[in-house]
Amino acid sequence: MTMGDTSQLRGSAPLRDTAPHFLQPLLKTPFHERARALSEVDSFIPWAGYTTVDVFTTVEQEYFAIRNAATLYDLTPMVKYRIAGPDAVGYLNRLVTRNIAKLKPDRVAYCVWCNDAGHVLDDGTVFRLGESEYRLCTAERQLDWLLDSAIGFDVEIRETTEEVAALAVQGPTSCAVLKNAGLAGIERLKPFEIGYFALGQTPLMVSRTGFTGDLGYEVWMPPGEAVSVWDALVAAGRSRGIRAIGSQALNVARIEAGFVAPKVDFLSAEQTIRAGRDRSPLDLGLDWIVDFEKGHFNGRRALLAERARGPRRRLVGLDIEGSKPAHNALLYAEKAGKREVGSVTSAAWSPTCKRNIALAMVDAPYFSMGATVWADIYLNRELVWERRMCRAQIVERPFFAPERRRATPPNDF
Amino acid sequence: MSERYDCIVIGAGHNGLVCAATLARSGRSVLVLEAQAQVGGAALTREFAPGFQVSACAHIVHQLRAEVLRDLELETHGLKWAARGMSTTALGADGACVRLGAEASGADAAAYKAYAAQMQRFAQALIPVLSRVPPRLGTSDWRDYAALARLGWQIRRLGRADMRDLLRIGGMNVYDLLQEQFDDPLLKGALGFDAVLGTNFGPRSPGTVLTLLYRLAAQAAAGGGLSQPVGGVGAVCDALARSATARGAQIRPRAVVKRILMEADRAAGVELESGERIPAAAVISSADPKTTFLQLLGTAQLDTGFVRRVSHLRSHGLAAKLHLALDRLPKFAGVSESDLAGRLLISPSLDYLERAYNHAKYGEYSSAPAMEITVPTRNDPSLAPAGKHVLSALVQYAPYALKDGWLDERERFTGVCLSLLERYAPGLSSSIVGVELLTPTDIEQEFRISGGHWHHGDLAFDQFFMVRPVPGAAQYATPVPGLYLCGAGCHPGGGVIGTAGLNAARQVLEAA
Repeated sequence: MTMGDTSQLRGSAPLRDTAPHFLQPLLKTPFHERARALSEVDSFIPWAGYTTVDVFTTVEQEYFAIRNAATLYDLTPMVKYRIAGPDAVGYLNRLVTRNIAKLKPDRVAYCVWCNDAGHVLDDGTVFRLGESEYRLCTAERQLDWLLDSAIGFDVEIRETTEEVAALAVQGPTSCAVLKNAGLAGIERLKPFEIGYFALGQTPLMVSRTGFTGDLGYEVWMPPGEAVSVWDALVAAGRSRGIRAIGSQALNVARIEAGFVAPKVDFLSAEQTIRAGRDRSPLDLGLDWIVDFEKGHFNGRRALLAERARGPRRRLVGLDIEGSKPAHNALLYAEKAGKREVGSVTSAAWSPTCKRNIALAMVDAPYFSMGATVWADIYLNRELVWERRMCRAQIVERPFFAPERRRATPPNDF
Repeated sequence: MSERYDCIVIGAGHNGLVCAATLARSGRSVLVLEAQAQVGGAALTREFAPGFQVSACAHIVHQLRAEVLRDLELETHGLKWAARGMSTTALGADGACVRLGAEASGADAAAYKAYAAQMQRFAQALIPVLSRVPPRLGTSDWRDYAALARLGWQIRRLGRADMRDLLRIGGMNVYDLLQEQFDDPLLKGALGFDAVLGTNFGPRSPGTVLTLLYRLAAQAAAGGGLSQPVGGVGAVCDALARSATARGAQIRPRAVVKRILMEADRAAGVELESGERIPAAAVISSADPKTTFLQLLGTAQLDTGFVRRVSHLRSHGLAAKLHLALDRLPKFAGVSESDLAGRLLISPSLDYLERAYNHAKYGEYSSAPAMEITVPTRNDPSLAPAGKHVLSALVQYAPYALKDGWLDERERFTGVCLSLLERYAPGLSSSIVGVELLTPTDIEQEFRISGGHWHHGDLAFDQFFMVRPVPGAAQYATPVPGLYLCGAGCHPGGGVIGTAGLNAARQVLEAA
């Protein structure tokens, strides 16, 4: 077969090992065949080089499974790095803004990391897997930055994305589902803790982490075991309303939880071109994970200068009147819409809170808690566009934070 | 803990000492820490064979800033000249030579006169660029704008014709420039040599007119032409050390700095190999940027982007240094005894030079290298036993990262150099009583310069002026408060100039 003759290959399902890369621009996760079987609307989207499900059935059905039952979400495309070696703590502490020296073994921390200018490159989670072994989960591939950050440190860094498959099991019955599946003692796992369990013969790493702001777990396994774990969890969850979900339903849940999403609420400083489009952790309201006292870290001097100068803008939560999500809405200081003071980055009608919520980047000094701004919302009413200037109040995040997300052991829902 | 100083200067090379003397002159308490037993750094005179002394790295002084000489009273402190305004003789085959100075001998004499005059005008225009602290880009500081405006004005002031020419040739390679102007291969080879001496370039490499203008501007700022101090180049540092000491600075030899200490995100002193810790309000390092940031400070105190830039600094030397102890004055074909008071160049044509460079590109040494030769004992007999002589030569190209490593190749390359010299000076070999060859790896070890590059980093457009050594450290201050650079890695670069030390001291004084 010549390079030009691709017809045969396109017909057969290309596997990573055999087909040339240009015929399989998107990889398949080990859960793909299961996902395809469950997909009713054939809605797939690319994520970090993999094809993943956007919606299985309807967003509403999937969303309510997150808040009322249990859900399976394929996390495999999340980029993972193994960072190990004598200087791993020092390395990570210089990389991220949070104090990693405080992270105990078998614990997880949410982090952001910055460039020299104190602008966020990415956010993600650091898993402490051993005394000097960590896993860094990120949105973007960034081996180059990680390796250059290792100059002068005795650490080994390797991308392990393809070596680890992962499933998020989230929702009020998630603990019961895992217990049903035979994960003895799962109920004792505390938030941000890592535990090791067995599912039949399969050893599993489970962390009590997630992107839903609800009770939930993330299950980490070798790709070869992925399908059997999926099947076992589906079987164990049948009586607990388990359902596979896509990215859209998860997105509503994460807005309710008040989590920022890269490429939506901020853009990595590696990807911005225009001046002023970079975001610092302070801009994103992530001051709580910036530890200026821990010693030097990337961007520290710039962030100190920024702190001294005072904030220029801030990511805040908005509670907006009406029920129409304020997608992409520009924000104004007054109803007349004269002075533009920011824009909405994420918006949703929160079915659980029954509130019209949004995350928005608001300029100083308009972002103070309780302040009012006006959202310019465009509505498509049977193909006729209408415009509403809606009152929006700056409110605390998260919008939804149920007790069960922290309770250990969780109630048996 | 030892006594606390206002300033600690790392390294007693000429820049370190200029910096220390300038700071001490302004009333700062200053301690200079030198790893070696004597001051000098790469401007050092030392014995290389029993009874024979040589300037071990730099061997001609031609760029020492007039202000340094005057304000630090180096002549009062014992600096004497064995020769000033030394001539240049380009050696050709079979004793055909060209003598260069304000005028040149040979067929291109007239063209040379016009060329030399114009290059002098360019050099004069660039003196302010070379001498001052480079401006920063992207600030709102009026001084940065003023500095950029001054640069523009200096060039505009040249007049229309010269300005056009300068802008035209500024980014050219020296090969093309010289081809336009001259016919004589020997003259072109010699002029091209000065453009690539100490660089990682051949005459056809882009930016070699820039390196030539840099050299000429520094020379013009110094005045006095090519010079040789009595006692070798090390005598400059000896005088600087006396000047600094007279102003209250302390100099400690055999004090190897292990690391720069930090306190509350400020440089707060140094720790020596001995374990001794010496606190200071400011630390000024004349070590090269890689040594300073990656070794002494440590990357944990710096941001990744900055470390990345420092790591990417091109700092591999390509010049070796050859020292010969001779039992009589050497005789070069076609060269008079008085010509030996100047320097001799082996670079008989631009193509010869380019071919010599070709090897270096692929990690090999030149099979027919280019050389700058001096016989320092001709002007200063004190450097050798009575009647004996020293030959000192800069040899290009001898790449730091030699493909097969220098361990087994040093002898072979020494042989290449000696047989080349024998061709130009028949009978030289029989007069040799001692040989020393310093490859860039030797220079790296002896002078503690990462990469063994006497500029501490290539002089090239991307490592020049406002971005030298790297953005974020191009105004002598570094991202770390209280830590400064003052060595050849800074603007304006290597050579015994003293500007980096002087400018760094001024920045320290201004910050306080």
